[in-house]
Amino acid sequence: MSETLLEKPAVNAAAPVTEERKGLTKKEIAADHPTWCPGCGDFSVLALYFKLIEKRKMWHEKITTVAGIGCSSRFPYFVQAHGAHYIHGRALPFASGISLSRPDLHVFVFGGDGDAFSIGGNHFNHTARKNIKMTYCVMDNWVYGLTKKQTSPTSPLGFKSKTDIWGAVDYPINPLKQAIAAGATFVARTTHTNPNHVLQMMEAAMDHDGFSFIECLSECVEFYEGAFDASNPRKGGVFNEVPKTHDVTDELAAYKLAGTDFPGHFGIFYKVNKPTKNAKEAEIIKNYQSKVTGQQPWQILQKNFDKMK
Amino acid sequence: MSNATTGVPSSGGAQKVSAINEVVIRIAGNSQDGIQAIGGFLARLAGRSEQEVMTFMTIPATISGGASIFQVRMGSGEVLSSGDEADVLLAFYQHSYDAHIASLKKGGIVLYDSDHVVPNEELKQKYHHLGIPISGLTVEAIGGTAKDKGKNIFALGLIAKMFDLNMPKLEKLIGERFTGKDPSILNNALAAFHAGHANPLGNVLETFKFVDAQKKDGQQVVMNGNEAIGYGLIAAGVRFGAGYPITPWTDIMELLRRELPKYGGCFIQTEDEIAAISMAIGGSYAGRVAVTGSSGPGISLKTEALGWAIMAEMPLVIIDVQRGGPSTGMPTNIEQSDLNIAVNGGHGDAPRVVIAPANVEDCFYMAIEAVNIARKYSVPVILLTDQGIATRIEAFVEPNLEKVCQNIGPDFTPIADHKPYDLSAANGISHHVPPGTKINSGKYPIVTGLEHDELGHPTGSPKLHMQMTAKRRKKLQALAATLPLPKIYGPSEGNVLLVGWGSTEGPIKEAVDRARAAGDSVSSIHIKHINPLPNGLENIFSGFNHVLVVEMNDEGLYGFGQFGAILRARYCDPKIQGINKTDGLTWKVKEILERTKTNLSAGLSKI
Repeated sequence: MSETLLEKPAVNAAAPVTEERKGLTKKEIAADHPTWCPGCGDFSVLALYFKLIEKRKMWHEKITTVAGIGCSSRFPYFVQAHGAHYIHGRALPFASGISLSRPDLHVFVFGGDGDAFSIGGNHFNHTARKNIKMTYCVMDNWVYGLTKKQTSPTSPLGFKSKTDIWGAVDYPINPLKQAIAAGATFVARTTHTNPNHVLQMMEAAMDHDGFSFIECLSECVEFYEGAFDASNPRKGGVFNEVPKTHDVTDELAAYKLAGTDFPGHFGIFYKVNKPTKNAKEAEIIKNYQSKVTGQQPWQILQKNFDKMK
Repeated sequence: MSNATTGVPSSGGAQKVSAINEVVIRIAGNSQDGIQAIGGFLARLAGRSEQEVMTFMTIPATISGGASIFQVRMGSGEVLSSGDEADVLLAFYQHSYDAHIASLKKGGIVLYDSDHVVPNEELKQKYHHLGIPISGLTVEAIGGTAKDKGKNIFALGLIAKMFDLNMPKLEKLIGERFTGKDPSILNNALAAFHAGHANPLGNVLETFKFVDAQKKDGQQVVMNGNEAIGYGLIAAGVRFGAGYPITPWTDIMELLRRELPKYGGCFIQTEDEIAAISMAIGGSYAGRVAVTGSSGPGISLKTEALGWAIMAEMPLVIIDVQRGGPSTGMPTNIEQSDLNIAVNGGHGDAPRVVIAPANVEDCFYMAIEAVNIARKYSVPVILLTDQGIATRIEAFVEPNLEKVCQNIGPDFTPIADHKPYDLSAANGISHHVPPGTKINSGKYPIVTGLEHDELGHPTGSPKLHMQMTAKRRKKLQALAATLPLPKIYGPSEGNVLLVGWGSTEGPIKEAVDRARAAGDSVSSIHIKHINPLPNGLENIFSGFNHVLVVEMNDEGLYGFGQFGAILRARYCDPKIQGINKTDGLTWKVKEILERTKTNLSAGLSKI
């Protein structure tokens, strides 16, 4: 049993941590068959998550997949690993609870645009500013799909939905700008139609020590067909990567680039290294524990009680 | 003030010294005057002198300033409540005098700062008046730079003189309080204290001395309910939690934030109440029972997430320090009106455990109990306290921390197979297996708020929904079977049984004592396990003609308070009636007695 949140938990000797295992196969990682509509962009995001797990030789027990509510948030059911399907909009604080108490795990959070930017908007900003280590992949389809076509916070002006039959009137959120302004330390954009690029972004996000955010365009073929055609060369669009000259540590340049009209750019917009909340809390723990070295918890508590006599 | 022996006038016709068992002192001033510090010193002195102590504090909701009181009752015998009436009122200002003089018992002593208070001539007949220029004498004692600071310590000196309190112990307490600060601060404090103690106490003809206290079982510790909860959680092994500031819960999160790093843990201040419970649930999911807490408004915000924890069968401890509601309500007043939300709050059939400590000592041990129930039954547990216990300082026998402290660190030992919602589990009690645990079958659990099958995968099956709903309920029924019945205070048969829960235990017991002394047949029980209730309460109720549920909440649309309504629904017994109030103040013993009489004389009008 591990007594502190600093330590990586001890695993029973029956399964030594040095154990060599092969990367998991897709068959071993896949769980339930996805309930998404045929043609949904989310299928490719899931396939690439499997690929990431396989390529990076992650073990079942070390994979933690968390989601909120929405079509894309069904994600954890389809992954054969520890997972949690939490409530609408609150996946980030839930994942933060895991991240901050388990330094041995890298938490992946999947969700949609409503979950991230509407009901969960507050958590998005605060998880980003605190730089809590995890990867957040928002599968952005510009529409509420699970509830069958209502306006989402990323729906462009004029989009005709069941709640805006005359076309959306509210200005949409720009997820990248939001993330940069909130203080996210890794901000990237990709699209489900470019699998290699998705995998590339996932790997970079996973390797980032901090809050890594990926906006992944993921088309809803049922309620917003063709939304992202302009970004898909196979549909006559253009896939513009972030220019090689872009300085990913330049916040203003990243913000400006994020404001480019659709289809905009794809790739890493912003990436800086700042101490994570995980590291800062660990530092506080280390400092305080150094003052009580060698004492059992009850002895530390006894000191407090002695002062209350 | 109860006299143990008749006062013996000392020779020379000067002040006489009377032996007393206990005293109630009310200190009234402004919130920045350090009156809580005086109260704290007295409470800790009582604790160190093996005396019983009970305090009552009101703090204004204003940011700084505003009227504030601290009432301390110290005694050599058992002290049950903070006292209906004060023996001594210490009034720093005119408004303190005007507002609190009526809280003095007839013949009581009002000690006032004559630099600020002009006493009412008519009241001089009713109470002993003792005017001392506290502000002026404090400045005289420690110099003009201190302004108003130090007069609380001067007043403490006056009280020490009046009650012949143990000076070396008080000096030590003052020393501890100001330790590590600029030595001139401690010197000033001691100078003010000695100046107060040296005061001849004007026209007061009597001083007092406590009779020797009954020997306690061991060393006592003195703390308030919020501190007891914080330390109880640490002793229970809790190492992670999250919260958002709200009165009167905030002290607990401040304590955990400050203390947990020593134990290798941390407590996170989140952006809002929903994030707080979500992060705590995430911590529990990660393998170790985590804690969150709040007061009424925050509990309302947390209920959706609470429902998830119930559905997903995740252990969790939620502290609800109740205050006056609904909405922002009365943030610094006492009320027991969150019982309904604690027991039933949220949507769907969502059984959770609710337990309610009755005193500060309970806060410590029931925090540990909450953690252990959460772990054993994989269920959220709400620890329901209130503003009264939160701020009340009491002494209790020091726990044996070496025995009490537990390690509940997660266990990641690989297992052969795991079903997070195993329907064949005895009494429906399955357990969570945290991420990081290898499951050799290769089938991994999903925890979820959707209705699910045994592995946690979504289902729309009517049969599974019925089975899982029953599973979540059966766990609590199994818990109920293990819960002890409350002890009956007084005979087990009689005319009236008073039923209480939460912070009202002291005044209810004292009401029983007084009623019995007057020849009335009254007993009481105090129920600490609110949901589920222990089995067999009906056997206790059957011994009485009337069962009166004493609560600090409204009598409701149908005439019964929140707990009263639950007991009536549970036992279908028309003799269960309620005594309720919503004035935001703790029960006075005489209120309970009067209301009991009124209720009985009105007959069973509400059936």
